[in-house]
This record gives sequence, C-alpha cells and structure tokens, in this order.
Amino acid sequence: MKTVEEIKAAIEAAVPGAGVEVVTNPGPAAEHSLRIGQKHAVKVAEFLRDDSELALDFLSNLTAVDWPDKEITEKVKVTREVQKPVEGGEPGQVQTVTETVEETRKRVEPGYLETVYHLYSIAKKHGPVVLRMRTGNRTDDVSMPSFTSVWRSAEFQEREAFDLYGIVYTGHPDLRRILMWDEFKDHPMRKDYVEPDDYEYEPTAHDHVLERAKQHLSMEQPVAGGAE
Amino acid sequence: MAVDEQLKIEMGKQGVIVTSLQELYNWGRRNSVWPMQFGLACCAIEMIATTMARYDMARFGAEVFRPSPRQADMMIISGTVTKKMAPQVVRLYNQMGEPKYVIAMGACAISGGPFKQGYNVLKGIDRYIPVDVHIPGCPPRPEALLQAFITLQKKIDGQVLTGEGRPRHLDAEAQSIFPVPEQGEHDLEPTSNKGLWTVPTIIR
Repeated sequence: MKTVEEIKAAIEAAVPGAGVEVVTNPGPAAEHSLRIGQKHAVKVAEFLRDDSELALDFLSNLTAVDWPDKEITEKVKVTREVQKPVEGGEPGQVQTVTETVEETRKRVEPGYLETVYHLYSIAKKHGPVVLRMRTGNRTDDVSMPSFTSVWRSAEFQEREAFDLYGIVYTGHPDLRRILMWDEFKDHPMRKDYVEPDDYEYEPTAHDHVLERAKQHLSMEQPVAGGAE
Repeated sequence: MAVDEQLKIEMGKQGVIVTSLQELYNWGRRNSVWPMQFGLACCAIEMIATTMARYDMARFGAEVFRPSPRQADMMIISGTVTKKMAPQVVRLYNQMGEPKYVIAMGACAISGGPFKQGYNVLKGIDRYIPVDVHIPGCPPRPEALLQAFITLQKKIDGQVLTGEGRPRHLDAEAQSIFPVPEQGEHDLEPTSNKGLWTVPTIIR
C-alpha cells in the first residue's frame, strides 16, 4: 500500500486545494494519519473510495476525540530597556541599559473536536488509512461534513459521535441521538461532562468515588439538619 | 386455622386429604408462577440456561415464559438496567396483573454492579419497583436463580390470606402501579421512588 505521504500527494493531485496534512505518530506503531480540511472533505473521501489503486471501500470505524482548551506556559526571551544607577557615579545618576530577560507567558490554545476515520480496502486487502477532521471549536462551530453519502457505515457511527461528543454532521440523512434518549442534553464523552450526582449510597467507596460520595453527603447534610 | 400435622398424616394413610383453603390456594399459586419473557443483558443467558433441560425450572411450575406482561406473574430483571430502559421496565411491571413478583437477578439489577459509576446505568431496579428476591452474582449461576425462585415460593407459601399481611392482590388498598420515571435533560426524574426506596444505612 502507498505510504501516507504518497496518499497525500495523490489526494492533492486529484482534489486541488484539499488541504491535507500528515499527522505523524511517534510511537512504535508509527500509524501516521492524514488530517483533511472540511471544505473538500467529501470530494477527498470519494476519491479515496473510487481511486483504482487505493479503493478504500470500507469505513471500518468512525470515532471522535475531544481536545479541550489547552493552557500553554512558555518561556520567551524579551529584550527591554531598563534604567539603572551608574556604578561609581553620583547618586541619582541613571543610565539606560538594554537587557534580555526570560519571561513566562501563558496563552490558551482553543480546543476543538476531531473525528477519526479508519478506512480499509476489501478489494485490495489493505489498510488502515487513518483520516482526521477537526471542527472550528468546541462550542458553536461544531459541524463538519457527513460521509454517509460516501460510506453507508458512517450513518450510525456519526449518530453515535453526535450523541456522545456533539459533533454536527451536515448532510447526514437522520442525525438523532442513538444511545442516549432524545430529551438528553449533554454529551457524555466530552472532557468537561459532569455526570449526575448518583452518589447517595456508596458502601465500598474509594478514590474518586469516595470524593464524590463525601461531596454528596456534605451537600445533603444542611438540608436534613434544617428540616428537623 | 392450621390443620394438625398428625391428623393429616393419619387421614392421608386412609386416602383422605385434609387441608385448609389457604394451604390449597397458596400451593396452587406457588406452583404456577409464570415468568415474563424478557432479558436485559448477560444474566438473561443464565436465565435461559435455567429453563433448559439441565436445570429445568419447569420442575417448580415456572415453565412457560409469557411474551405478554398481562399473562405473566413474575418478572426476572436479568441484567443491567440502563437509564434509557428503566421507564420501559417500570411500564412493563405496571402492565402485569396482580399477583406479581420481581426477582432482581445479578449485581447490575440489584445495585448497578460493575457499571455503578456509569452515568447511564440505573443503580438498582428497587429504586422504582418493589423487589421480592435479590440475587447477587455476576452472573448468578442457574442454581442461584433456582434458589431465588424457591425463596419466592416459600414467601408465597407463608402468606396469610386475611388480615394485615395479606398478599397485595387481596388488598384493594395496596399500591400495584408505580410511577414511571421521566427521561430528563441530564438524568431520570425522579432519580428514585422516595416512597419505595430510601438510602440504606451503612453498617461498618
């Protein structure tokens, strides 16, 4: 099978401006993936499926990853002018000196949601080719094109990613929740999901369950005391 | 109202059966408890095995699994009850006619089991419907289900038909339908039937 670099070149030759990037995997598996842009995503998918050499006719798995906002602390060298008293000079006499100082800066890298696709070829007996696609952010720009029209197996798996991560797949024929009930509002697989407070009876609690159970008890105590 | 045991034996020798109406009634009831045909998870496989030839639950009169709640007397909660499934389970229980019994089979049905800390799993079906027999185990062996069934039979056998402790189907005042929880925006509403289930006291 072609390497990811060759696949990238093939995609870019077939779909101009596809915006494909190689995401390398530094682990021993070295299963590198291709990140594709949203704009030509469906065309890229159709090319991967229909190309005679790749013939990736089977979408084996579709899942999502939640990348929360990341706070990055980095040290930056800053050059600035500092007023210093002159050595050996008269008191009060100052001079301007240029100095290089290391400064710690914090910046927040915005998070996003990412869908990961594993493609195989039944005809050519090769794979997987791993695709990734990102949303703009985690709050209001959470849509990306649906691949249901390209691979039918995307339909239920996109519904699952919509249910658990809240990614909206535009062009999906029937985008409803598949695991949770329709009235449910949260997305349980997101990192910032807060599970319901079910910790009223924990006979053998330990670790984080013990913490949650204590939290629950401390919240309940004043109410019980006030009623009596 | 009890018949003298010695007299019973003596009369039996002469080919005469002496019994009380209560004994006869309970004998009939306990030997014709038909379970409802529904399984929730892996415990259902053990439940099916219990009904097959090797364990043969039919010996105890529970041979016919009824596909309709109207014809069933007993509900075996065989497996994990998810929060999505819980309202349906309560609704099925409500549709059963009295007398009706519930066996909560396995760790999941009695407490949530290995999935207790999951956001989507009900932490014991006894939060919404009254349970007669709880069986621990993951999954319980068919012998354990038979034990539970025999326990239920003993419970039925011990019931007095009149007075305070009479069975629910002979008590017009007794509650037989329990509120079905709503599927809310974050969790089931309410999270338990407060009149039925209270937080157990932990004894250390």
